[in-house]
Amino acid sequence: MYQYDEYDQRIVDERVAQFADQTQRYLAGELSEDEFRPLRLQNGLYIQRYAPMLRIAVPYGNLNSKQLRTLGHIARKYDRGYGHVTTRQNIQFNWPRLEDVPEILGLLAQVQMHAIQTSGNCIRNVTSDPFAGVAADEIADPRPWCEILRQWSTFHPEFAFLPRKFKIAVNGAKQDRALIHAHDIGLDIAHDAAGALGFRVLVGGGLGRTPIIGEEVSAFVPWQQILNYCEAILRVYNLHGRRDNAYKARIKILVKALGVEEFARQVEAEFIHLKDGPSTLTQAEIDRVASRFDDPLLAPLPQDAGYRAHLAQDKAFAAWARRNVRTHQVPGYASVVLSLKPYGVAPGDVTAEQFDAIADLADRYAFGEVRNTHEQNVLLASVREAGLFALWQQARELGLATPNIGLLTDIISCPGGDFCALANAKSIPIANAIQDRFSDLDHLYDLGELELNISGCMNACGHHHVGHIGILGVDKNGQEFYQVTIGGSQGSQAALGKVIGPSFAAAEMPDVISSLIDTFVDNRHDDERFIDTVRRIGVDSFKTRVYAERNARLEARETTNA
Amino acid sequence: MPEIIKNGRVQSDDWQVLRLAEGEAAADAVLPAGHVIVPLATWQARRAELLPKAEAGTLGVWLAGDEDPAALAADLPALPVVAVDFPKFADGRGYSLATLLRTRLAYEGELRAIGDVLRDQFFFLLRCGFSVLQPREGKYTTAQLEAALASLRDFTNPYQGAVDRPEPLFRRQPRSPRQEDAAR
Repeated sequence: MYQYDEYDQRIVDERVAQFADQTQRYLAGELSEDEFRPLRLQNGLYIQRYAPMLRIAVPYGNLNSKQLRTLGHIARKYDRGYGHVTTRQNIQFNWPRLEDVPEILGLLAQVQMHAIQTSGNCIRNVTSDPFAGVAADEIADPRPWCEILRQWSTFHPEFAFLPRKFKIAVNGAKQDRALIHAHDIGLDIAHDAAGALGFRVLVGGGLGRTPIIGEEVSAFVPWQQILNYCEAILRVYNLHGRRDNAYKARIKILVKALGVEEFARQVEAEFIHLKDGPSTLTQAEIDRVASRFDDPLLAPLPQDAGYRAHLAQDKAFAAWARRNVRTHQVPGYASVVLSLKPYGVAPGDVTAEQFDAIADLADRYAFGEVRNTHEQNVLLASVREAGLFALWQQARELGLATPNIGLLTDIISCPGGDFCALANAKSIPIANAIQDRFSDLDHLYDLGELELNISGCMNACGHHHVGHIGILGVDKNGQEFYQVTIGGSQGSQAALGKVIGPSFAAAEMPDVISSLIDTFVDNRHDDERFIDTVRRIGVDSFKTRVYAERNARLEARETTNA
Repeated sequence: MPEIIKNGRVQSDDWQVLRLAEGEAAADAVLPAGHVIVPLATWQARRAELLPKAEAGTLGVWLAGDEDPAALAADLPALPVVAVDFPKFADGRGYSLATLLRTRLAYEGELRAIGDVLRDQFFFLLRCGFSVLQPREGKYTTAQLEAALASLRDFTNPYQGAVDRPEPLFRRQPRSPRQEDAAR
């Protein structure tokens, strides 16, 4: 992963000093609540339902073992013994004391970490493909570009007080795993006809209250110009984005209001002045940033006979390998997803002990490196085939080897009403109830790939719009209800799910999911995925059966009660 | 007399900012005596009358967040002061307006941040080309402003180019690739 130089370190150290001073002035009453709010938010500090919540930046999801041990220490000393992997590849702690935050930031700075711009109306942590640099379908490694964007956006003086938050994602593979269609700017690495590298630029995607799939504003921006082009987009947005209504302040609303052609024209008019200016990137800078990634040099290895023997002999290991192990660019290596979705635990939660244990696994098997995924799991990017069996045995003991990656129980969920002040409804108990209903692994494997995403409110941190099945917590007269969508998807064919009808009470949710699954099973062709069946037969068959079975259940209950 | 930050020091200042009352016509505003910064609308309505004052160095113009600085393009050489108003400190349009005044319109005179100007944004304001920071009168004591001078140096070497240092860090400083680090 990227290693700081003296300039990177100094900026982070200076930030710690700055925020310590701001916190001290706030506690002394010199800074008002309103004045302090954006300052603390731009350091990832929210005031939550029960306590502050501190969101720590994990640039494009990359962590090393030393950083993991620091996170474990913070979980133990300043929190209640655990942290949480977010859907934007960051780490959150839910229980730190405001007074302790400068000290926590100081500890983070010692391991090249920070909480800069993880919240607030500014450019947020850049996200990317967790398989960057190792994916078999990679066009170019997105990480150096992410790091260049991280540096450019860190304390950008012109864009620190945008109309609303601003998220950038970069994809460098054939299959998008970075949700670039659901970002304010989505950058898709591409080559032009002459073979030169550049970016297809999408703008105005986003989930939340008004879910919109991003639109293309440029088919190709040469890599040298990418910062200039982003600056043009940000300037048009900063000047013309709405500031009168926070719900209409994202860039997607501006793009919709102007129309994508007019928006693109304004960006182009700005870009003409910036093109070839001082922020133009050079090959030397790209090479320098790329060289600061201390990736292991992997020589191809022969197929490991021991690994194949274990696969043949051990059914449980084979099941895990099928779901949680992915093909690597280099023969003889694999990428391994450690599941943070064991049954009965909030999706994405990591205990202090697990932070330490993951660090140990990373050191022993994965060159000391891990990546957070936006599906709230942890990836070991490069593992020798020969190490997979021992890794699996240890991960299993640690509760990190649930063999369900990409299956129904690998649920993406926001923290929901148990923690979050914004939530309309709880999400974790719903996730757990569904996991409980579908705990039979053979059944899960038969159902195949199925993404189920839960958000506790329309801010959509759980990405429910792009789940094959999406669940949204809503408030009905003070009661928690759940709206269900189907047919959403992430990836290169990103689509928003369609609402199937009126919402359900919490207790109904496992039955509702069962009705959806039964409809799928009855209509499925061969090994078709759930999402493909929905696309083929449409939403109506699902809807009809869900509500028919629901009414039957309600009637049966009334009969029993009578 | 209001206090401002200019040239890295706290100074008293005798420029007054003219703000129109609700419903007051830009053309009818009564100008106070002395140094005054008028709204763009007043400038545009009474340009012929006000131009000599500007040329004499006693009158400047301020822009609101939704006003296009290009409207002043032809007048910039005559204006001793241009100000940009921050109705709320979290309204960040003024940062882009300042950047455009300095880079696109090549304005080289005094550029003031007025309105809800807070010490925790001083660093960003200077980077975007403001040369004078004018918090609301009474917002800070002189001692607080003196203490805030330290925040002008919060970050030694910012990554990106801006008006104050147009070149990004990678052009300003030699940054070493990984191998050279390891060799040290």
